[in-house]
Amino acid sequence: MNILKFIQSFANESLMQSKGSRRESFGQFGQLGKNLALASIPFGLSSLTNSAYAADITPTPSTPIGALQLALTLEYLEKEYYIMGLESGVIPAGGRDEKVFMQISDHETDHVTFLINGLGGVGSPNFVAKPTFDFTVGGAFDPFNHYPTFLALAQAFEDTGVRAYKGQAGNLISTPDLLTAALQIHSVEARHASEVRRLRGLKGWITLNERGAGMPAATQAVYDGEQLTIQAGYNTAELFGAAAGSEAYDEPLTTQETVNIANLFIV
Amino acid sequence: MKNVVKIKEVEPSFTDRRKFLKISGLTIVGTGLLLTGCNKDDDLFISPNDVNLTAKYGGGHFPGLKDGIFDLGGNDLGVLTYAYALEQLEADFYTKVVNATGFTTNFTAEDQQVLTDLYYHEVIHREFFKAALSGALPNPKKQLLPNLAFDYGSLDFSSRNQVLATAKALEDTGVAAYNGAGRLLSNPDYLVLAGKIVSVEARHASAIRSLINPNSDDFAGDDVVDPTTGLDVKKNPSEVLAIADGFITTPFTALYLP
Repeated sequence: MNILKFIQSFANESLMQSKGSRRESFGQFGQLGKNLALASIPFGLSSLTNSAYAADITPTPSTPIGALQLALTLEYLEKEYYIMGLESGVIPAGGRDEKVFMQISDHETDHVTFLINGLGGVGSPNFVAKPTFDFTVGGAFDPFNHYPTFLALAQAFEDTGVRAYKGQAGNLISTPDLLTAALQIHSVEARHASEVRRLRGLKGWITLNERGAGMPAATQAVYDGEQLTIQAGYNTAELFGAAAGSEAYDEPLTTQETVNIANLFIV
Repeated sequence: MKNVVKIKEVEPSFTDRRKFLKISGLTIVGTGLLLTGCNKDDDLFISPNDVNLTAKYGGGHFPGLKDGIFDLGGNDLGVLTYAYALEQLEADFYTKVVNATGFTTNFTAEDQQVLTDLYYHEVIHREFFKAALSGALPNPKKQLLPNLAFDYGSLDFSSRNQVLATAKALEDTGVAAYNGAGRLLSNPDYLVLAGKIVSVEARHASAIRSLINPNSDDFAGDDVVDPTTGLDVKKNPSEVLAIADGFITTPFTALYLP
């Protein structure tokens, strides 16, 4: 929903251009109408209604089902991204990178299955269908032909996953089994994030709100807010400085922040 | 009396009968109520939405001395105290690692960078829990877990292999502990705080595994992430303490945690 805001914040000129047609087709009126019309429609329905305009997802409700729906959309995104990456040949074959992404792809595929089952299966009214993804973001990125870009987006997706699941924990507190499962996925995303970051030559953990060398400016939303050094009143920068203090904690993303990031890649 | 567990035995499991009996013994002394804890999952994973969970596992039981031995307590404060105990262990371990002779010679530059960061992070976690609990406990002078003492047995802190193997066990155990403990928290703020820490523990576990076996999928290996479900490990406090107990020499009990 906030795609216009996001695009406007990009320095990347080609990204601006590439999204021009979509932007024109909505116009301010269309966007306003869409926001109003969808404001109170549950997530599952909105994907249908939305398709008349565009397929942006809307914030999921602050309920256990809403949490799983948002998680499922993120897992759809990751699953498709890694399958496309492995099929494209962009990942160097036969070495560490291929082993890493095959393992990650396996996990994301499992997570999609797990979450669909958790929502009651594909026939359930709580089920949400896979959106259509554009990992090039209208041609701005070329992840399936340019390996550094593939790695950069993989890092952004994994770090987003970690923060997004964390943001949904509170919505699952009334359903302990679902909470536990979500935590078990959350830590897997963190293992993935650490390894992808290390493949890129970064630390496995996030320092301050730094997206890290080589990350496109468009991914900054994934790292905004990570610089926090006060935790429950305790100054985590006190002993070893702000960098270490911020690294020691990952911060949650709100539902809206997560949706905004996902919508960059949904068409 | 204290069993000192060697590194090879750290990875392990609840099937170590000797350690299990030991923990059970402590439990029995207290109440006998948790004898059913033998079934590691049955007790905790009774059913979703079990509103009696909090009451069953320690409503009103604060951390503090019980019959001369410190008990972690139940409820949210008990879970936080449990986390504080684990963070004390991790912080102590990495403090010894980075200060050991041979740290700058037996470890690669990358090892040193990772292990130094882990030292920072875990000490920060420990001090965070100390501060948070001191603020949250009604009577911290009596209820705050004291500084624990540790014994790593024959562990050679100048051995890269031994240090990394132990770090891997500690980080994986930390991930499993937080994953298992999340559902025991009733305060959503505490849940988010635990969530902020567990993902960093998982990042650590991944990095250590990657240092040990870089050209592999061990960072999220099938030994910790179930290849059929994609879910990471989770453990109850009793399972985790059976492992950590090999390193912690200060006696304490966890009568009101599953």
